[in-house]
Amino acid sequence: MTSGSRLIVSPSSQSLFGPKGWAALGAFVLVAVVVVPVLFIVVPADSPFHLSAYFVTLVGKMMCYCVVALAMNLIWGYTGILSLGHGVFFALGGYAFGMYLMRMIGHEGQYQSDLPDFMVFLDWKAYPWYWSFTDHFWYSALLVALVPAILAFVFGFFAFRSRIKGVYFSIITQALTFAFMLLFFRNDTGFGGNNGFTDFKRILGFRIAEPGTRAALFALTALYLMGTLILSRAILRSKVGRVLTAIRDSENRLMFSGYNPLWYKLFIWTLSAVLCGIAGALYVPQVGIINPGEMSPANSIEIAIWVAVGGRGTLLGPVLGAGLINGAKSFFTQSFPEYWLFFLGLLFILVTLFLPKGVVSIPAMLKRAKP
Amino acid sequence: MSRPSVTSSDDVSATGGRVLQPGVDVSHRAILYLDDITVSFDGFKALNKLTLTVDAGELRCVIGPNGAGKTTMMDVITGKTRPDLGTAFFGQTIDLTRLTEPEIADVGIGRKFQKPTVFENHTVFENLELAMKTDKRVRASLRAKLEPAQRDRVAQTLTQIQLAADADKQAGLLSHGQKQWLEIGMLLMQEPKLLLLDEPVAGMTDQETERTAELFKSLAGQHSVIVVEHDMEFIGSIANLVTVLHEGSVLAEGTLDKIKNDERVIEVYLGR
Repeated sequence: MTSGSRLIVSPSSQSLFGPKGWAALGAFVLVAVVVVPVLFIVVPADSPFHLSAYFVTLVGKMMCYCVVALAMNLIWGYTGILSLGHGVFFALGGYAFGMYLMRMIGHEGQYQSDLPDFMVFLDWKAYPWYWSFTDHFWYSALLVALVPAILAFVFGFFAFRSRIKGVYFSIITQALTFAFMLLFFRNDTGFGGNNGFTDFKRILGFRIAEPGTRAALFALTALYLMGTLILSRAILRSKVGRVLTAIRDSENRLMFSGYNPLWYKLFIWTLSAVLCGIAGALYVPQVGIINPGEMSPANSIEIAIWVAVGGRGTLLGPVLGAGLINGAKSFFTQSFPEYWLFFLGLLFILVTLFLPKGVVSIPAMLKRAKP
Repeated sequence: MSRPSVTSSDDVSATGGRVLQPGVDVSHRAILYLDDITVSFDGFKALNKLTLTVDAGELRCVIGPNGAGKTTMMDVITGKTRPDLGTAFFGQTIDLTRLTEPEIADVGIGRKFQKPTVFENHTVFENLELAMKTDKRVRASLRAKLEPAQRDRVAQTLTQIQLAADADKQAGLLSHGQKQWLEIGMLLMQEPKLLLLDEPVAGMTDQETERTAELFKSLAGQHSVIVVEHDMEFIGSIANLVTVLHEGSVLAEGTLDKIKNDERVIEVYLGR
C-alpha cells in the first residue's frame, strides 16, 4: 500500500525546524548577542559601522512588539479568537516591572524621598499594599508573569465558559483594556496617573543609560523573541496545536469528538497573556517609560493589524508584520507625522483586499504567477 | 438480526443483576431511553413528550417531515440542547441531561452532522487522529505521541472508509461524499457505543450510498446506530425498525412495510 509508508510521517515526529531554520536562528543569536553589542560599544562613534543607542533601543522595542505579535497569533491566527485587548497584558507586565525600576531610582528623584515622585506629589506616606515587595527583583519578575496570567485566566474562564465568541469576545476585550486604561489614568490608584512610570535610573544595580546595560537588554530581548518563536512552533507541532486549529475551524465537531474547548482556549489565552506581559517588562527599561496610553483600545487594534499584515496563522508572518509596521511607523512619525494613521489604514485595507494571507504569502504568489 | 448480549450472565449475577463496570450499562437491553422529552423554543414545541427507546446493537431509522424534531432530538441526546421536561438516559445509569457535549462524546455517543463537518485545514490522517479515543485533556495532548497501535488503528479506519490513498490530503479538498465518509470514520475512531447519523447519504452518488449502506449494516451489532434520513430506498436497504416523528412526538414505529402502509404516516409524510 503506497499510503502505508506515508503514514509513518506524522507531524509530531519531525524536528521543529529544518536545518536552514536552525541555521537562521543561530545567525540571529550571533547578531543579537555578539555583532550588535560590538558595533554599539566597541566600534567608535565616528565609524560608519557604529550603531547608535537610538537604533539599538528602537530595534529592542520592535522585538518586544514582535513577541506580542507572536502571542496574538497563537490566540487569533491559530485558535481563531480575536483579542482586541492584548495591550492590557503588555502594559500590566510593563507596570509590574516599572514599579521595580521606580524603586531602584532611590533618592535620585526630584523630591529625594523614599517614595516615587508621584506618590510624594499626592502626599502619600507609604507604598500601597499592592506594591509591597516590589523592590525585590525576582518578586517583580514573578509579578510580570503572574498578573497578566491571573487576569487572563479569570477573564477567559468566564468568557469562554459562557461561550462568548467572535465579535462579542473582541468587543469585551476592547472594553477590558479601556477599563484598565481609565483605572490607571487616575492619580489616586497608585499607578502614576497620566505620566505613568518613568525616569528610571538603574536595573539590578547597573545604570540603564550605560551602553553595556542597553546591549544586555537588547540581547535578552532577542533571546526572548527566539524562545517565543521556538515555543510557538513546539506548541503548534504538538497535538494541542492541531486541537487549537480545530477549534478555529469547527469547534462543534471538536466538542462532539470529546474535547472540552474551554481548557484549550484558556491554556493558549493565558499563555499568550504571559508572553505579552514579559515583553512589556523588557520594553519598559529600554524605552524608559510606561503609561496608560499603552492600554488604549487603538494600541490593541494595532497589534491585530501587525498580525493581519504579516500573515496570521503563519509562524513568521506576525514577526514580519510587527517589524514592518513599526519600522514604517518610526519613519512616518519622524518625517510625516500627520500621515501615519492614513498610511496604516491604507496598508490594512490593501493587505486585506489583495493579500489575505499577509505579506508572508508574497513569495508563494510570485512563484504561482510565473511558473 | 439477532441481538448480541452485551453482558455475559456470569458477571451479572455477581453484582446482583447490576453491571458496575465503567461505561454504559445495557443490562436491560436498551442503550438509549428518551422519556417524555419536551423542548420549546419561544413557545414552539420542537419536541413534545417524545418517548423513544433504542436497544443495544440496533440500527434504527428516524424519519419525518421537516420540523418534526429530528435534529432537536439529536441535540438533546448529545447535550447541545437541554430538555425543558423529561429524562434522557444512556444505558441504565448515565443521565444525559446532566452532561456536557464533550462528556457525552466521552461516554460513547458519536454524532455526525447533517452538513459534513470535518477539520478542513487538517489532513485526513490528522482528522482521524484527533477523533481517536484517548485522553483528550490539554496536558495529555501536549505530550501526545502516536503509538504504533494507534497508527495501525488510523490506517485500519482509513481502509474502512476507503480514504487510504488520501491520508495526507487536506480534508477540505475531499469531495462531498468523501467528507461524509471521513466524518463517519472520525466517529468510528471515537469507538462510540451509539452513533447518531444525521442524513449520512445526502449528496452521495448511488454507488457511494450503496457502500454506505454496507458500512452501516456492518456496524450494527457492535454499535447501536440511529440514522435520520429522507431517502426511503436507503432506509429500506438498512433498517429493520423505523420511527416516524411528527410535530415533536412519535407518530408511528415499526418495520418499514408497516410504516409505509400506515394511514397517518402517509397523510403527514409520505403523501399519497
